[in-house]
Amino acid sequence: MLEARIPSGPIEQKWDKCRYDMKLVNPANRRKHSIIMVGSGLAGAAAAATLGRQGYHVHCFSYHDTPRRAHSIAAQGGINAAKNYRNDGDSVLRLFKDTVKGGDFRSREANVYRLAEVSSNIIDQCVAQGVPFAREYGGLLDNRSFGGVQVERTFYARGQTGQQLLLGAYQALEEQIANGRVTMHFRCELLDVVIVDGRARGIVTRDLVTGQLECHAADVVVLATGGYSNVFYFSTNAKASNCTAVWRAHRRGALFANPCFTQIHPTCIPLSSENQSKLTLMSESLRNDGRVWVPKKKGETRVARDIPENERDYYLESRYPSFGNLVPRDVASRNAKEVCDEGRGVGPHGQGVYLDFADAIHRLGLQTVREKYGNLFDIYQRITGEDAYEVPMRIYPAPHYTMGGLWVDYHLMSTIPGLFVGGEANFSDHGANRLGASALMQGLADGYFVLPATVPNYLASAKLDPVEISDSAFKATEAEVKDRINKLLAINGKRSPDSFHKELGKIVWDHCGMARSDGGLREALARIPEIREEFWKNLRIVGTGEELNQSLEKANRISDFLELAELMCADALHRAESCGGHFRVESQTADGEAKRDDENFAYSAAWEWKGAGQAPALYKEPLTFEYVPLSQRSYK
Amino acid sequence: MNLTLKVWRQQNAKAPGSFIRYQVKDVTPDMSFLETLDALNEDLIGRQEAPVAFDHDCREGICGSCGFLINGVAHGGQRGTTVCQLAMRFFKDGDTLTLEPWRARAFPVIRDLIVNRSAFDRIIQAGGFISAPTGSAPDANSTLVAKENADTAFDAAACIGCGACVAACPNASAMLFTSAKITHLNSLPQGQPQRDQRTLSMIATMGNEFFGSCTNHGECEVVCPKQIPLEFIGKMNRDLIRAVWHKHREPLVMPSIVQLPSAEDAHEQSHEGVPAQP
Repeated sequence: MLEARIPSGPIEQKWDKCRYDMKLVNPANRRKHSIIMVGSGLAGAAAAATLGRQGYHVHCFSYHDTPRRAHSIAAQGGINAAKNYRNDGDSVLRLFKDTVKGGDFRSREANVYRLAEVSSNIIDQCVAQGVPFAREYGGLLDNRSFGGVQVERTFYARGQTGQQLLLGAYQALEEQIANGRVTMHFRCELLDVVIVDGRARGIVTRDLVTGQLECHAADVVVLATGGYSNVFYFSTNAKASNCTAVWRAHRRGALFANPCFTQIHPTCIPLSSENQSKLTLMSESLRNDGRVWVPKKKGETRVARDIPENERDYYLESRYPSFGNLVPRDVASRNAKEVCDEGRGVGPHGQGVYLDFADAIHRLGLQTVREKYGNLFDIYQRITGEDAYEVPMRIYPAPHYTMGGLWVDYHLMSTIPGLFVGGEANFSDHGANRLGASALMQGLADGYFVLPATVPNYLASAKLDPVEISDSAFKATEAEVKDRINKLLAINGKRSPDSFHKELGKIVWDHCGMARSDGGLREALARIPEIREEFWKNLRIVGTGEELNQSLEKANRISDFLELAELMCADALHRAESCGGHFRVESQTADGEAKRDDENFAYSAAWEWKGAGQAPALYKEPLTFEYVPLSQRSYK
Repeated sequence: MNLTLKVWRQQNAKAPGSFIRYQVKDVTPDMSFLETLDALNEDLIGRQEAPVAFDHDCREGICGSCGFLINGVAHGGQRGTTVCQLAMRFFKDGDTLTLEPWRARAFPVIRDLIVNRSAFDRIIQAGGFISAPTGSAPDANSTLVAKENADTAFDAAACIGCGACVAACPNASAMLFTSAKITHLNSLPQGQPQRDQRTLSMIATMGNEFFGSCTNHGECEVVCPKQIPLEFIGKMNRDLIRAVWHKHREPLVMPSIVQLPSAEDAHEQSHEGVPAQP
């Protein structure tokens, strides 16, 4: 079932070999092929622009009013590349090794190597597009360091790197729209994938302004629809980020890999009340200069400045001397939770640790700190009303990224032929934990370099008969979609969509968040179907399906989260080891670090949908490590 | 805090709209303005009334989705802040706040507080890019960019495309938005080859989309959540003069740029909107 199509040969030649073996489409024939690209974030916009420029006709779909709103825009810190501009020992091999190790040996070596290999080209491409990366006075590019590595390989544009990279891809996309090679469909949401003769040949969408359902046919379908952190309700994801596209594809036969691998980001602004609608990230780059600490004493009541140096516990620096405040995210998050659970947390609910810039300001001067992090300090002040130049920031971990996603082979094709998946939506490169500044790298690697090579290869090798939207498969899928929407509208119960989302989110956070246990997961698995049942009985949506109806949009997305959450917990329960962001309390070392079980779990878990209320089927893709030998991670 | 909200309700683009008065109770100072609307909407759903439709997404002030007028001020009046980041501690208990969508001919209302801003995309399509086909780029450090120019480019590139500048302008001008993109790309060495073409085409498109012209009110700068400075409009005008005076082998505004902005408005279009060539 799981044929990963990894090319043979030494790792540094695999991608070249793969491209050499690919079939090509003659430039004159490209316009005869149509491609559906769902999503217009970094991966989607980059791939749509590149494939459009190559000559294919691309239809790009976004539920936003313009591609520039995609959530990639919110990424702050930076993008990694093995340029070694710092001459500090970086190389493609080192980026590869850091990423495999950072992912706690649960990713596919060949994919990670390719990611490291194309990372340099991404920076070149973005600079050529006019992305205003930070510069030195001599006019060369500046770099900084990120968690889990010991080189400075991160390129950045103040604290708005994601925004600037997305605008680069967006502008390239707009150029292709102007040239007529890409047709953009705005405020248009995918509700299902259409399979004809075993291949993905189209999608069913809902126009979010008129409510009209539409079918679209093409030769190939690409999903670049982001991650599913919003299953927790409180996350750093944008409010509309959802799992509908990948989940509906999963229900049509695409296997879902490692759903329990989620990333809890260590530096977010703590939750201040339950009325809050989301959590806000403070870039990990802050850990370059900020020092993390809590009081040594439990139940400390003094304010930060009154606590003398010898009564502070800089716990990351003392426990992990070689990486200090720059340990990987999973380690930093777990440690924050631990000190808060001990009763040493700071802030109103004791759910927070200090991130202190006093030393940095003393060492670098206020002006330098302001230049590097000014916008982040501004965000912090607006939300908390506190000035972080004067008092230390308070931070706490929050759901941020999902390493899991649709299973894809080396070509980024899912188990449904003709259905490709790029960016955060796939499971490919980060294993059980993603390193900082690697999400932007992966989104753009998939979008600019991988999909534009592998999708044409598919078009050239598959025998594709023309398909029209009058085909019975389209009619049948559209009818199912319509039926599901009508069902949602007809419930006419008492509770709002958000109330269900919050209830679900709390269960998933409590039992499938930073620490997971057999008992807790079993409890979640019992509770989730109950919430789902209540949802389908007691949901209230005001209004109709034939108008702009944001409650309906929400409810529809929540209905998918309610199914995905169960698979997440099932996956977390089956994986009775700790690895990366997946921390099973039953599996830890003597000093409380995550303990992997390579003998039994060195595989990616890919799950097959077997119908509502049926147990999913598990397929295993074994992982072998030829170049980075399996070892217990240590950041001490 | 208890507040009175007078909210513009409009079923769809064609329906007439009106202000409806709502009471919102137990608002806390830490809540953002959009969280206050969330609370109102939960309340409305409870009463079987249609919730207020408004655009929003990241709620971190970076995606540019959100925005409406609060008492006539785009994004509510706190400098450098979008409504999603505007904390309720900015208001007082008992305040009456009037919420209405961006008002501009180029931004037709879709529903309630949601408007159609696709005219901005069409301005970008006219030249708000540097043509760099994937794979053709030279090494990133082969192009030196003076830090000063890189910083100016960045300041301009910080625009989030929310449309507040247009809403605040008495002429509904898009010149702050357009000048930000022109300044971003024209400040960089990579942007030079297409510089004149970009300037002319984007400015022409701005006119075609029924945005007005700048008459130096400066309201745009005041409400801009990213504090894009007015001086970029001056920069754009200097670039326009440069583009018009440069001798070019052929006219630079592409014919495809001089197009009909939107189907509904097409019959009303009467002006050329293209700067004269020397």
